[in-house]
Amino acid sequence: MTEADPTKKMNIIVFSGDMDKVLAAFILATTAASMGLPVNMFFTFWGLNVLRKKSFTAGRTFLQKIMNIINRGGASRLPLSRFNFFGLGPAMMKVMMKKSRVPSIPELVRTAKNLGVTFTACTTTFNVMGFKKEDFIDGVDAFSGAATYLDEALEARTSYFI
Amino acid sequence: MDKDQTLDCYGLLCPIPIIKVAEAIRSLAPGQVLEVIATDEGIQSDLPAWCRRTGHVFLGIEKRDGEYVGYIRKAGP
Repeated sequence: MTEADPTKKMNIIVFSGDMDKVLAAFILATTAASMGLPVNMFFTFWGLNVLRKKSFTAGRTFLQKIMNIINRGGASRLPLSRFNFFGLGPAMMKVMMKKSRVPSIPELVRTAKNLGVTFTACTTTFNVMGFKKEDFIDGVDAFSGAATYLDEALEARTSYFI
Repeated sequence: MDKDQTLDCYGLLCPIPIIKVAEAIRSLAPGQVLEVIATDEGIQSDLPAWCRRTGHVFLGIEKRDGEYVGYIRKAGP
């Protein structure tokens, strides 16, 4: 009964790299995993920033390098979808979250991994942005495309696009 | 109520109490009872919902002096 039931899989596409939206994605993922559901999170576009190491130097071409200076990676420095104010908003939110003892995004990433949540990184974004596997944290289980995602999602009872 | 282990989730917000419950229940033997003390109001419905999904037996939850005290019996084996 407490064993994972494969017919009740859950899939979450993390498209957004905004702290608040990513927080929602991870709250659902960790709770579902606690309920014994197999959970896969598919990170694409801005969502890949969650899995990136803190770095300014990603990218191969000139444009990729410029883009990745603006589009900084790292789960600990995601912007807010509203009231970002050049980083003041997220800084305030982090203090408020800490006071309420809500875990930070990096803590939730670790919790999700400990609970067996799998992380898949989108290879299209990966290539457009010129990332290398070394640009990512440990814990990325697979690098794959839309067909792999759909194959997983069609088996899952619940899919979210965040 | 007789309990075999107590889990303190005082001051913790969703989803941490449920994640801690899932961790704590693993260390119990089937039939043993876990007591959960929490302050987040959401636990009132989250605890029975978690039990419905995982098959563990929800024994009840009560409010005492601003705290919620819930009981779960681990399903076996």
